[in-house]
Amino acid sequence: MATDSPSSPSPLVRMRGITKRFGPVEVLRGVDFDIWPGEVHVLAGENGAGKSTLIKILGGVYSDYEGRIELAGRLVRPASPLEASRLGVAVIHQELSLVPPMRVADNLFLGRTPCFALGLVAYRAQREEARRLLAELGLEIDVDQPVERYPLGVRQLVEIAKAVGRQARVIVMDEPTSALSAPEVERLFALVEKLKAQGCGLVYITHKMEEIERIADRITVLRDGQRVGSVPATELSTRELIRWMVGREVEQQFPRHVAQPGNERLRIEEFTVRGERPGLRPVVDRVGLSVRAGEILGLAGLRGSGASELLLGIFGALGPRASGRLWLDGQPTRIRNPRDAIRQGIALLTNDRKTTGLVLEMSVAANATLADLPRLCRWGWRRPQRELEAAAAQSRALRLRAASLDMPVAQLSGGNQQKVALAKWLQVQPRVLLLDEPTRGVDVGVKHDIYHWMNQWTAAGMAIILITSEMPELLALSDRIAVLHRGRLTAELARHEATADRVLEAAMGRLAGTTP
Amino acid sequence: MSEPIPPPPRLATRWLYSPAARSVAALLLILALGAVFHHRGAFFRLETHKAALRQTAEYGMMACGMTLVIISGGIDLAVGSILALSAVLFSLATIHWGWPAWYAIPATLAVGAGCGLVSGTLTAWLRMQPFIATLAMMVFARGLAKALSGGTQVTTAVRNPDGTYRWVDVPQVFYAIKADLFGTVSMIGVLFLVCAAVTWLLLARHRWGRELYAIGGNEEAARLSGVRVVRAKVLAYVASGVLAAVAGMCHAAQEEQGNPDAGEGYELIAISMVVIGGTSLMGGRGGIGLTLLGILTIGYLDKILSINEVPLAWRLMLTGTIIVVAVLAQRRPG
Repeated sequence: MATDSPSSPSPLVRMRGITKRFGPVEVLRGVDFDIWPGEVHVLAGENGAGKSTLIKILGGVYSDYEGRIELAGRLVRPASPLEASRLGVAVIHQELSLVPPMRVADNLFLGRTPCFALGLVAYRAQREEARRLLAELGLEIDVDQPVERYPLGVRQLVEIAKAVGRQARVIVMDEPTSALSAPEVERLFALVEKLKAQGCGLVYITHKMEEIERIADRITVLRDGQRVGSVPATELSTRELIRWMVGREVEQQFPRHVAQPGNERLRIEEFTVRGERPGLRPVVDRVGLSVRAGEILGLAGLRGSGASELLLGIFGALGPRASGRLWLDGQPTRIRNPRDAIRQGIALLTNDRKTTGLVLEMSVAANATLADLPRLCRWGWRRPQRELEAAAAQSRALRLRAASLDMPVAQLSGGNQQKVALAKWLQVQPRVLLLDEPTRGVDVGVKHDIYHWMNQWTAAGMAIILITSEMPELLALSDRIAVLHRGRLTAELARHEATADRVLEAAMGRLAGTTP
Repeated sequence: MSEPIPPPPRLATRWLYSPAARSVAALLLILALGAVFHHRGAFFRLETHKAALRQTAEYGMMACGMTLVIISGGIDLAVGSILALSAVLFSLATIHWGWPAWYAIPATLAVGAGCGLVSGTLTAWLRMQPFIATLAMMVFARGLAKALSGGTQVTTAVRNPDGTYRWVDVPQVFYAIKADLFGTVSMIGVLFLVCAAVTWLLLARHRWGRELYAIGGNEEAARLSGVRVVRAKVLAYVASGVLAAVAGMCHAAQEEQGNPDAGEGYELIAISMVVIGGTSLMGGRGGIGLTLLGILTIGYLDKILSINEVPLAWRLMLTGTIIVVAVLAQRRPG
């Protein structure tokens, strides 16, 4: 491929020895990264490998790093996204920087609108310039329409055009296709080709195997904050790529007692969750699963796999977007909303305790009893004494460290907040516990506590479905692992057949059993 | 394994930073102002305080309902118009149609509840912005009040079929409402205190109150915890409408008529009482105790300015300033 071709003797960007710490934690260690003109450079790695941190350093979000960045041979240290964009580096995020009700042309020139004297906008000049820019990139969009009239895929293209219009030479795309439909993806790839031809350097982060195969010229793999390697795409087989990403041998550091599964607790068939807007592929596509009493079913999938949505759907939180058949302890059951689910003995620990798990201003006791109020109240009147007793019992069982049960949960540490969220769900005595990233953002001690409790709960007959983006955790805790890729079930592995490679392969869209 | 327990803030400082402390301070400041500008001892007479209670009562009732709505993360601009609608309806029913009180009172309360039901359904069920939905309700209820009354006050002068007027007695229930209970405290003041006590009880001790805090604090977390969000929110607007209807009947009784133009701007006074008390407009934080402090602060400020015969123009400017100062002082440090 055209990576080290003599026509481009120097890279656009040369990052050397980049190290970044968050407190005591080193998230990047001496990473080297080059971007050459006219190449698509795929940055790969598991969740938490340090991809986003590296991009944020390049994009000026973090400026307190060690190491050097050279842009076209000049040493730079972008201190803000604005400065990075002045230097010709554009990062295209999921959250676009467009103003939806404004016209395409206005958006393209936002902040540098061509003006006459007195600040009057030179509309005609702006329109012509916008048309020329879009034509150059092969986009046929009416520049006088408000951006919000266009679907997300087109808006993303407009965002890229906006960056190109600002003389961006380096364009970084972080999972740009995760919310796009198939034709939208095609249009994006066409634009990528155009940009390559113009000599831009593109960094592309993706979890999708087929996209890597299709557009990558060069691949750099990060693992645990370090660079594993950087090679032309043709020299790296899928197998090898996955080995690079997984790397370490996964040791048995978690005490999972192998369960004696009982009867089937939960079964779903043909479970589908529609996309958020019409015309988009379903987020979860005809998935069938079951989990037994005393069993932990691991649910694996990379970003955009639909695993979280599957749990939300089972829990009734997505309302009519979710459809399919569901059995609880052999009984066909309909769950229309979270209230139904809780009454039927299903609990869901969401993956973000701050936005969907806890009411931060409310007290520990109020949060811990929120889901169980119907049982704790009499004739609708609260009984504060009983609530306190219940909350105290839960916080003892979970060894919650809080100065008082009356203090707002906002004042607790992350691990203790997670314990309050868990306490809320244990309080309703669930039969099925859905855990979405239960150990996210908690320290090692609490993590091990949670593993220990999961053993206890399953021993008591609870069925658990677990989502975790940490591969060792998933492999060690799950009795079985179901893997999702773009909403489809791509593998179901028993404990003894599950390896990191096989899980990752299925998560990146290779069906089990097919070898490249 | 062992994480440090977050050190609790020192007691004295924590108390000082609490919204309650700040509201108490604001109230004390206003009372001190009254003690200085007592206007030949008028401020120290019991009569003055009883009058202050009676004059603040209507605003106070609405502020209690407003507190429920604001804690759930909404706002209710319709209460002033609902007061007028209720006053008109109550006067028509008791004076013109000759309904006994035990028909007229529930009917008026039902209309207030109905208005709240509409506002609540628009916001909670149809997801309209509370500001817009209740603004629409405010305009509509005002129009309905004018339609019912024919655009004029509903007084004891009743129009005969032949176009002449006859005078009828002021209904007994009007006298009952504006009378002094046991010859000392005004019935209206007592009604207000009852409204405050009931809303306090609901917020502090009822499941619904806990649900309102949860919704205002984090609606999605509340929904995922099985809270019936729509129902809880609609009920808050219904309660607000009912309390506005109570205020409306008190208004009618005091004026011995139903004025379709009554209560204009009252919603803003009620909101400012809630906010000065320290209940957050973002929802999830606050309470009736705080609102009570806010009610007393504004009520006393108005009373002190009026016994000192400060001209209306100055009173308005001063009230506006006080609201700004109080809310700035409410800001949490950091």
